[in-house]
Amino acid sequence: MSDLEEFRAEVRAWLEDNCPEEMRQPLASDAEHVWGGRRWQFSSEAQRVWFERMVAKGWTAPAWPVEYGGGGMSADEHDVFKAEMKRINARSPVSNFGFWMLGPALLKFGSEEQKRKHLPEIARGEIRWCQGYSEPNAGSDLASLKTSAEIDGDHFVVNGRKIWTSYADRADKMFCLVRTDPDAKKQAGISFILLDMDTPGVSTRPIQLISGESPFCETFFDDVRVPRANLVGEMNQGWTIAKYLLTHERDNIGGEPPGLLKGRDLAQMALQAVGADDQGRLDDPMLRSDIARLEIDAMAFRALVEQTRAKAEAGEGMGARSAMLKYYGTELNKRRYNLMMDAMGGLGLEWESEQTGGGRYAREWLRSKGNSIEGGTSEIMLGIISSAVLELPKG
Amino acid sequence: MILNEEQQMLADLSERLFADKASVDTLRAIRGGSLGADYDTDLWQAMVESGLTGILVPEAHGGMDFGLVSAGLVARETGRRLALTPFLSTAVLGAIAIGRAGNAEQHKQWLGPIAEGALIVALAVDESGKHRPERVAAGATAEGDAFVLGGEKTLVVDGPNADLFVVSALHDGKPALFAVDAADAGVTVEAVTSVDTRSMANVRFDNASAQRLDAEDDALDDVLNAGRAMLAMELVGLSRAVFERTLAYLSERKQFGMRIGAFQALQHRAAHLSVEIEISEAMAFQALAAFDAGVADASQQILAAKARAADTARLAAAEGVQMHGGMGMTDEFDIGFFMKRARVASELLGDANFCAERFARARGY
Repeated sequence: MSDLEEFRAEVRAWLEDNCPEEMRQPLASDAEHVWGGRRWQFSSEAQRVWFERMVAKGWTAPAWPVEYGGGGMSADEHDVFKAEMKRINARSPVSNFGFWMLGPALLKFGSEEQKRKHLPEIARGEIRWCQGYSEPNAGSDLASLKTSAEIDGDHFVVNGRKIWTSYADRADKMFCLVRTDPDAKKQAGISFILLDMDTPGVSTRPIQLISGESPFCETFFDDVRVPRANLVGEMNQGWTIAKYLLTHERDNIGGEPPGLLKGRDLAQMALQAVGADDQGRLDDPMLRSDIARLEIDAMAFRALVEQTRAKAEAGEGMGARSAMLKYYGTELNKRRYNLMMDAMGGLGLEWESEQTGGGRYAREWLRSKGNSIEGGTSEIMLGIISSAVLELPKG
Repeated sequence: MILNEEQQMLADLSERLFADKASVDTLRAIRGGSLGADYDTDLWQAMVESGLTGILVPEAHGGMDFGLVSAGLVARETGRRLALTPFLSTAVLGAIAIGRAGNAEQHKQWLGPIAEGALIVALAVDESGKHRPERVAAGATAEGDAFVLGGEKTLVVDGPNADLFVVSALHDGKPALFAVDAADAGVTVEAVTSVDTRSMANVRFDNASAQRLDAEDDALDDVLNAGRAMLAMELVGLSRAVFERTLAYLSERKQFGMRIGAFQALQHRAAHLSVEIEISEAMAFQALAAFDAGVADASQQILAAKARAADTARLAAAEGVQMHGGMGMTDEFDIGFFMKRARVASELLGDANFCAERFARARGY
């Protein structure tokens, strides 16, 4: 048996022994997602047990080095681990922006001290991070952000306002883009800093979306004092980190749809909701055709994701490819939720009802509309592809 | 998937060979009748010499015994260069039909000649203008050791040049594959030139003597899937080629004092198309590799690949013509050839609707 197969056997056996049965079901709703953090409260014993066991193994951040609280897995081992988790439909024990975004940024740009302080806290699920990027007047044009950080002794003094901060009202800390040189070219005057949401002068306000949910907030900074040691990377080099993270964020848009449809078979949902004809075909030929086209596109998209991953592992950079994946993956997901609504009929119309868990179909359909806006709109992605991949003339 | 060393070598070889030998000028010469043949005989000869005709033939019969991924790399070049050769009909459909369904004697009789370029094979399956392989009226009856076959087939690609037909026909009420010598007195070939200058035929069989190919029952599915996979690669190749030309045009053509590629309305459409092409190519490669590996859902993947490649190629060609403006409508520009070829390659062995429908069926809805 190869080392990798031995590793697989170990992982499989450990997961079998340690992953509670309740943690092998798809999330019934976003409320079951374990975010972690200072104020986190588990909603079930199984959730807590699973979290604690995985933290003890370092498997909440499987690919991070062991000295930073991770699992120390190689890329191949990480693939095996993910496959084994998927095999039993194991839920993620804990995840938040610390795992997805800040961790990778610190691993690449952070000082040794920052890595040793923050990465283990993230891996242990102790700190819940949020991302302070967009501002009311800096959306697609992110580099025009104005939140300022002026140096005062050993501190930055931060003033301004962020928007679309995911769960800022529940997060412990924020990684944040601030303007540290107002006179430089817009990309050149930005720095990347870390701040505690409990610092005096920080306040948040949730934003209610068309789905009725409030996953995003506005965050206000009023003379917020942040130690200068919390600067990640060099002064005025924050845009490099921001771009790296945006690319990383786009990478996360892989084959699996987010939300309600994760791990679910749309065609089977449609068969159940609409019914079948006497030959077992979905009894709505036009919907059947639309679903087939969607599934074909989804299968093909996964093929590109796989190919891109394989090439990245072989050392070819992702480059602007991530813009392609972000663009197509999110458009695909919107189509998927539209078709789900077509399939669900009346159930999809319910907003407050028990049988739909409080209008889950409608709410998640509405939520999916944001996919092609957040993290860079589809139009921005097409622009990046035009210039960086196709090298078309500038306007 | 990423190409292995053997496949990369083959990709380089076929790219060089086609860059060197295949050209739209030859296509024009074939269309105008000045070449004196209805396919690119020089290119075909070069393919024979490079061993590409035996790409799927076992080594024991003088072939390379490579997989569908490798064959697909050749098919991609045929689409990219608009090359007209009997590669699909002979080196892929013929070699797989005889290889999978033929017995040892039949292998010996035909596979060697395919590899040597001494035999052109054409697959005769369809009986109506839309691909419906299970709709078979042609029939074969046993006569001693052999069979006699009757029926009419259409959309027989490379039919006018074929030495041998592989024909689907009913025997005892069940469809099976038969081999019929094109020189048989019972065979009548009516040549048809398609919109993309492909040589096709309607073929009538009247009591033609036939040999049964019966080593494997479901060989026809494999043959058709292999053909669809090749057409998907051909469509990917032509999508890339037409897109390259369109991009070049966007970067040089000036209107309103600027290069038209600077207009966002065109940029976004070009960017979208580039994503479609990347995705269709990744799907096609994955499907080919699945076929080679004998993966359970390989046929689903191939249906997905063909459906998607067809849609992508038609979009690429349509955008190509539109973005070339009036020039795209002229026969002098090559863009129209891609549109024509995309139309034909999409239709053959099942169009996107057919593939999507079969895909849904295979997925249980």
